[in-house]
Amino acid sequence: MERDQDQSRLLQNQLQQALGEGRALRIAGGDSKRFYGNRVDGEILSTRLHRGIIAYEPSELVLTARAGTPLRDIEAAVAASGQMLGFEPPHFGAGATLGGAVASGLSGPRRAYSGALRDFVLGAKVLNGRGEILQFGGQVMKNVAGYDIARLMAGSLGCLGVILEVSLKLLPRPEAEQTLCFALNSRAAAAKANRLLTQAVPLSGACYSDGQLFIRLSGAGETLARCAQTLGGDGGDSDIWAAVKEQTGDFFSASDLPLWRLSVPPATDPAALSAAAAAAAATLWDWGGALHWIKTRLAADEMRAIATTAGGHATLFRSAQAPGDGVFQPLLPGLKKIHSNLKQAMDPHRLLNPGRMYADF
Amino acid sequence: MSYKYDPQLDGEIRPVSRPALLQSLTAVIPAAAILHSEEQLKPYECDGLSAYRVTPMLVVLPETVEQTGAVLKVCHRLKVPVVARGAGTGLSGGALPLQQGVLLVLSKLNKILHIDLENRTAVVQPGVRNLAISEAVAPHGLYYAPDPSSQIACSIGGNVAENAGGVHCLKYGLTVHNILKLNMLTIEGELLTIGSDALDTPGFDLPALVTGSEGMLGIIVEITVKLLPRPQAAKVLMGVFDDVQKAGNAVGAIIAGGILPAGLEMMDNLAIRAAEDFIQAGYPREAEAILLCELDGIAEDVDSGVEKVGGILRDAGATETRIARDENQRKLFWAGRKSAFPAVGRLYPDYYCMDGTIPRRQLAAVLHAMGELSAQYQLPIANVFHAGDGNLHPLILFDANKPGELEKAEALGGKILQLCIEAGGTITGEHGVGREKINHMCLQFNTEEIRQFHAVKRAFDREQLLNPGKNIPTLARCAEFGAMHVHNGELPFPELERF
Repeated sequence: MERDQDQSRLLQNQLQQALGEGRALRIAGGDSKRFYGNRVDGEILSTRLHRGIIAYEPSELVLTARAGTPLRDIEAAVAASGQMLGFEPPHFGAGATLGGAVASGLSGPRRAYSGALRDFVLGAKVLNGRGEILQFGGQVMKNVAGYDIARLMAGSLGCLGVILEVSLKLLPRPEAEQTLCFALNSRAAAAKANRLLTQAVPLSGACYSDGQLFIRLSGAGETLARCAQTLGGDGGDSDIWAAVKEQTGDFFSASDLPLWRLSVPPATDPAALSAAAAAAAATLWDWGGALHWIKTRLAADEMRAIATTAGGHATLFRSAQAPGDGVFQPLLPGLKKIHSNLKQAMDPHRLLNPGRMYADF
Repeated sequence: MSYKYDPQLDGEIRPVSRPALLQSLTAVIPAAAILHSEEQLKPYECDGLSAYRVTPMLVVLPETVEQTGAVLKVCHRLKVPVVARGAGTGLSGGALPLQQGVLLVLSKLNKILHIDLENRTAVVQPGVRNLAISEAVAPHGLYYAPDPSSQIACSIGGNVAENAGGVHCLKYGLTVHNILKLNMLTIEGELLTIGSDALDTPGFDLPALVTGSEGMLGIIVEITVKLLPRPQAAKVLMGVFDDVQKAGNAVGAIIAGGILPAGLEMMDNLAIRAAEDFIQAGYPREAEAILLCELDGIAEDVDSGVEKVGGILRDAGATETRIARDENQRKLFWAGRKSAFPAVGRLYPDYYCMDGTIPRRQLAAVLHAMGELSAQYQLPIANVFHAGDGNLHPLILFDANKPGELEKAEALGGKILQLCIEAGGTITGEHGVGREKINHMCLQFNTEEIRQFHAVKRAFDREQLLNPGKNIPTLARCAEFGAMHVHNGELPFPELERF
């Protein structure tokens, strides 16, 4: 196991040198999410050895750690005190780090019920594109001093700065969890998942795979037993949540068709998206119907049109080839300008992960 | 400090002729929507921080998004600064007008445009009152979670601008956690949609950046808020303590015990007595501190949680624990807490409300240190606060009519904020920086960080026309303010000219 160390000065030096020589940098932690986003060429700036939990006080529900800290170490540390990361981040590989999780901004099945990664970011230490180490937010639950640049780092794919440290809010780990499953068609399953939200049910997951709705309940043991009895259904395999989160199930491995991620309003009728899926492909959705994984060879334009009509957006999540305008849904001109301006504000020399999010920066 | 805009410390404002501005505005917006006489302007000279007063050059009250955009276009063309205002309940002077600026009042944009029961969202205009949203959706068993104590009066646009909190933040989050989508006008009058009806959006997280930006980045004209189903049950527990520090430690023990309370509030003796005299909530007048802990959710879970919290409170040294026996008593327990500010306000002619946030483990130590400062400055401090969030609201009691007392209260407030920073916290948890804490920002952030804030501001508002002089201090102001981050004995900002 690597030892804890603070490499912020080393990272700062490497960045400043690259700045002086005009070389682009590709930020990497465990490199487990390299597939995500557009391809970046550049010298590697590795945060992998900049690791260690700096502060963790269970009574604060806050953990602060360096970017290179393995996600699994963090999850193990907080689990030992009966706590958890409420957004259930996907790892996509053994070496996944905290910095990578925050930079990618991805959240797992619990997202629809407990919140997204960005909701749990309390503070961040960031190395900007000018080589300055800056600190925003903090270790407290509420902080409105200055703009929320710490939260802005969530999902910014390293395009605004190198994340050095992050403080996250934690949640108490539920006493017990139980998975139930129901054989339903996709449409009925989505309606049921949506309906459950307004009932007194401690829902913490609702996904649909292979003709079955899986729901996860989290809470006190007795409550779960009572809810399970009221809800009916069959006992489900709790491994489904890890499989959906880490994309390890049959759906993901069955073919090498491009994998699209459609993020849509929660009550979207799955039928509205059915035109997008390959005829033979299975249906898989998560977040109670707000996140659809679709395997298809349909053109990017068509996928985006389908998602936009439903009130959401489409990302080409995994594919051998990226569309001409990139894997992320293009921005409207007004937003595009703000994005470029923000890039200019944080990384004026376009040193960090150029093009990973959008070609213009 | 002087709260008046100071061109040397806040930046030059190009003078503009009032008649010329008035003429340009009447071309794009009905004359009745523009206020310009002295008596019309008077009511707008301050927000909830009434110690700061400035008469604006003009007040504009657009009735549509189009009119709002047109007003911004005119202001942008003529380079006139714009200060946005909602209901004017803000506590940090964020909507303090500028003598040379337009006060853009959004209170007439007050419609609930759409309620989507399936997706549990509501689309509202910025002037809609916070509580009106929950009232409108109550028949459907839904509510809007953030509940700042001003929720009867404050508007959702202002809530977004300040990232407003309330008593239920620990479990349900701040405004930033409870909104999905914003329509925002840029200073150029261009309409942008940030966020979406889905749970995430491509690109940078602009809703995160804009929420809490205090009208510095754009003008929010439409908000899609999340609605939550009303919890099946809610119960509140009161823990009575003979020692403030014991109460402070009990807060950490509850959280460490795996409980996520819907609300966890603390009041000290001065606040307890004031509230009791005011509203007879049934608080023990002799207690040094009380904790109010609310649990909500599924009925059985609430019951078992209440039992657990009761045990934790007793272990932490509570002399007594009381469970509100019914909904009426629960409301009464909260009524005491919610009326604590006005109740304390009756004790002294004036009070100054602070808003620092600290890590919970520092509660006992910071409360103790505040007690010492209170004695040193000879001004009483009442404490009523969101203990679960570590968000303090010390109320400094003073009499503004006594010469020098306001300055003394401000100085004491400054010391308290410094204490919060030293404890690893922040100068503002939910009230915002506004004009009030502009100098204290220099304590919390260094030169590079403040420069970065200004660069982010310019990404939206290159000419710095939106709410100048608020939220982020200039480096010149930080140099002048003096009591800065002093690293290794070096003078801060050696490169700057001293005024």
